[in-house]
Amino acid sequence: MKINYEKLGLKVGLECHQQLNTKEKLFCSCKPELFKGEPKITFLRRLRPTQSELGQIDPAAYFEFKKGVKILYEADPQTSCLVEMDEEPPHDLNREALDITLTAALMMNAKPVDEVHVMRKVVIDGSNTTGFQRTCVVALGGEIQVDGKKIPIEHISLEEDAARKTGEDGFIVRYRIDRLCIPLIEVTTAPVIHSPKEAEKVALMIGRILRATGKVKRGLGTIRQDLNISIRGGALIEVKGVQELELISRVIELEVQRQLALIQISEELKARGVTENQIKDKMIDVTPIFKDTKCRVLRKAIKKKKHVMAIKLPGFSGLLGRELIPGLRLGTEMADRARFWGRVGGILHTDELPKYGVSREEMNRLMEILEAEPQDAVVIVADAKENCIDALRAITERAREAVKGVPEETRAANPDGTTRYMRPRPGAARMYPETDIPPIPITDEHIRRLRKNLPELPEQRIKRLIKEYGINKKLASQLQDSEYGDLFERIVKETSVSPTLVAATLTETFKSLKREGVNIEKLGDDQIIEIFKLISAGKTSKEALPEIVKWLSEHESANPIDAVEALGLSMLPKDKVQRIIREIISRNRELVVEKGGRAFGFLMGLIMKKYRGKVNAEEVSKMLREELSKISS
Amino acid sequence: MNEKLPGYKGEALRILESLGAETGDFIRIEKEGRVYEGILMPRSELGDDKHIVIKIKSGYNIGVRITSDMKIEKKGSGAKPSFTPPPPPKQRPDLPRVVIISTGGTIASRVDYRTGAVRPAISASDLYSIVPELSDIALIDTEILFSAFSEDLTPKHWTKIAERVAEHIRRGAQGVVITHGTDTMGYTAAALSFALQNLPVPVVLVGAQRSEDRPSSDAAENLIGAVQCAANAPFAEVVVAMHQTISDEAIAIHRGTKVRKLHTSRRDAFKTVNAELFARILDKKIIMLTDDFNLRRNDRSLVLKSRFEEKVALIKFYPGMNPKIIDWHVEEGYKGIILEGTGLGHVRRECFSSIRKAIKNGVIVAMTSQCIWGRVNMNVYANGRELLSIGVIPLGDMLAETALVKLMWVLGQTENLEEARDLLTKNIAHEFSSRTVEPVEPPETVSV
Repeated sequence: MKINYEKLGLKVGLECHQQLNTKEKLFCSCKPELFKGEPKITFLRRLRPTQSELGQIDPAAYFEFKKGVKILYEADPQTSCLVEMDEEPPHDLNREALDITLTAALMMNAKPVDEVHVMRKVVIDGSNTTGFQRTCVVALGGEIQVDGKKIPIEHISLEEDAARKTGEDGFIVRYRIDRLCIPLIEVTTAPVIHSPKEAEKVALMIGRILRATGKVKRGLGTIRQDLNISIRGGALIEVKGVQELELISRVIELEVQRQLALIQISEELKARGVTENQIKDKMIDVTPIFKDTKCRVLRKAIKKKKHVMAIKLPGFSGLLGRELIPGLRLGTEMADRARFWGRVGGILHTDELPKYGVSREEMNRLMEILEAEPQDAVVIVADAKENCIDALRAITERAREAVKGVPEETRAANPDGTTRYMRPRPGAARMYPETDIPPIPITDEHIRRLRKNLPELPEQRIKRLIKEYGINKKLASQLQDSEYGDLFERIVKETSVSPTLVAATLTETFKSLKREGVNIEKLGDDQIIEIFKLISAGKTSKEALPEIVKWLSEHESANPIDAVEALGLSMLPKDKVQRIIREIISRNRELVVEKGGRAFGFLMGLIMKKYRGKVNAEEVSKMLREELSKISS
Repeated sequence: MNEKLPGYKGEALRILESLGAETGDFIRIEKEGRVYEGILMPRSELGDDKHIVIKIKSGYNIGVRITSDMKIEKKGSGAKPSFTPPPPPKQRPDLPRVVIISTGGTIASRVDYRTGAVRPAISASDLYSIVPELSDIALIDTEILFSAFSEDLTPKHWTKIAERVAEHIRRGAQGVVITHGTDTMGYTAAALSFALQNLPVPVVLVGAQRSEDRPSSDAAENLIGAVQCAANAPFAEVVVAMHQTISDEAIAIHRGTKVRKLHTSRRDAFKTVNAELFARILDKKIIMLTDDFNLRRNDRSLVLKSRFEEKVALIKFYPGMNPKIIDWHVEEGYKGIILEGTGLGHVRRECFSSIRKAIKNGVIVAMTSQCIWGRVNMNVYANGRELLSIGVIPLGDMLAETALVKLMWVLGQTENLEEARDLLTKNIAHEFSSRTVEPVEPPETVSV
């Protein structure tokens, strides 16, 4: 089915985030890098929701706080200092990061602000040790061109990246603070995007411009897109953390589908005469029904002295099991809420029963005790009593929202393009000034200097790559869209390998290796350059390149020559090649005599099959022809 | 400074005043073909007079530079923030009555997200609404005594604080909490330790190393610990309650005469020096870490000795120090000098004649060590022995800051030199300890 997005009133706004490749973090002198292995430092914190003059407290945050959620931070002295630990005030704003952001802003025709003010944006899920993210708007009102359409850029901001979550264990949430305070540029478009494909193109263009500054990080996790998606009759949904460009259109398509399905469910509920008021928070402890159950989950819970509690959703029969998008049902949405608010493992509902060891008899007893009619649905959870109550309350809340339509939420993107409930949408942005950092005036003189040294725009660069290196347009565009544009130019300058080979390797070969699951990101620039130097010096062949890359991705920070040796991919010396060719010819003498020069293809195939990666194909071909001509003459 | 336009000066102030604007108003600025609209914000003290700060629709602040051709107008008045705190939790009369005296280090506050102003919350109901846990611990009264940065406090303030604490205890408080800026909290703690004698209930000083407006502030946890201590601790002494580590876990209770701020910014900046930690609060339980303390006894009657002599100086010796510094203090009529000597308690020989002159003039001169950790011992080296023979009083393992406060207090109690010397060297509030043991600190990291 082709969906007419324009007709649905689809509006999408993008927030593109990209880590900057600076020498230091945004507010301290730590290296902007991640660490592996066990943390050397850990500390435990609570974040207390602060109250505004308006008396507003983020309800989700306050709930978490009241439940006694604590955050265990993990750190390493190499990548974090007292600043990230919130044990020392921030240092001055990193000027290198500010200049990169200003440069990107000028490339998008945005107007830098006259004076930059760092703000504190309250975020108390633990991802920031301070309880707020430091952020500042650097430029306003730019625009980019995508397929001839003007896309307004509302803000270009510079902010600190957040800590990364490494686990959750009951009431302890773990975060690693190495990523905290890495500079991040945020580009916010106006919500003027009207189709999934267009959103992808806009993100691609923003990415191209940012990469053109030459100062952004690359690799998984360095780019994150947030999408604000709404359709007419639906709700504004913020989807956070889309890491792959290719996923953007999929996420939007699925979100539109999800909202349409929810709107349909709302209409059906109304048609069935269900109102919000009918959905009551009347929870019933049904543990006795499942005393001798064959359902493993319930049996285990009861054995641990937990309770099984149930609630009736009048008129919901059949709707909980209704698929909204592949793999996601209204029941899944309720389970997400139950997990978030009640910290339960999951839910069971009558649309999917009898199943999972729950018998028809148990189900009938359940319906009976809940006084449920066939048109009703019943949801059960098993956990400590107070968790059950919180979970069921969240479920009835979600059920009431289902009557209304689509609830406003912040959702997180899954790798397959589906999304999951993350938290309710925060209230009005709660920002207040970061008084520890003085305002930073941006002088006209400084802007003039940056403007004079602006990097070339993506289209200009593609043209130049074609002209300067003689590569074709497809490769040039691919290079520009990859993260390897700069590296390409370095390799071509430092080695004698043909530009087309370098470009094809960095784009097509790398892409197919990635598809095979090879972790290209593990390779550093210097390693990649070294591989081409080896090829250039004849120490290995271009055919060996994929194997070498694969090996290096599995042997971090190893030397490419080690790969060549370990894989036995060194080039064979010329006399050895000569010997091999003669041997092959003598073994196939009959054929050669019979077919003469026409035996070339067959013999060439035999040699390359056996010695691919160890011999230079052109050389072999030349030598083989010579040998063959000797025989036929 | 115009109170309606905080932080603005010079040209920016003149323009805003001519508009009749104040912070919170809605402002429109047009220049170079662009329009900036937003709420007028206060200006940082560090800012120049060339920019006007507005909060734009997205919530961000930006500074707009003043140019000769810009157009600025006030589009509307800002709504005044009106905050009605949620109804305070039910007070429980069965709980111990605790008074919280505020001296300036605000322990709880609210942010006006509209203007960014941070407003202290100090009435009991405000406090309860921000730190509701308090209502389960004690029945709280509050008093705002000063609103001062702690470096602006003087011995006169100590006297005032001591008098108010005494008054509240006389009226039946089961414990008193004093919120205080952390910079000089150690000095005030020492001062109260001497001024409030024969205490029947605990007196707890508390502060915060992270400002209270931020979600990660240590203020609430410290305050909860302090109130717990004031309400339920088994001891009746002057103590400081602050984070024991950088984790929001244990609250360390330090004895008022043995505590020093030893870090500019960490949550666990306060450490007990030359003694074992006094007590700790963990999981809402108060754990005493020493047997040697004064028990809480409601029938004991407090003795208030709140006079301090301000003509006492703390002089830190450094290589090449000019002895005239000592002479100057004597000429200025100082009555006591605490020297912060090197190592075991030394100053250069060049200073000896000035010190001799001071003592001859009736100035009490006593020695502490700038090493902070350890005790002075002036018998070991010749210079130390000579200083002793001149009449310098060694002060054992007393902290230099505590020694200063104590000498101020001693000279506030007596003018008799003999008596003063005796009082100075007598252990009054555990300021001396006779044994120094290897401290057993809990590990820095937590395991869960």
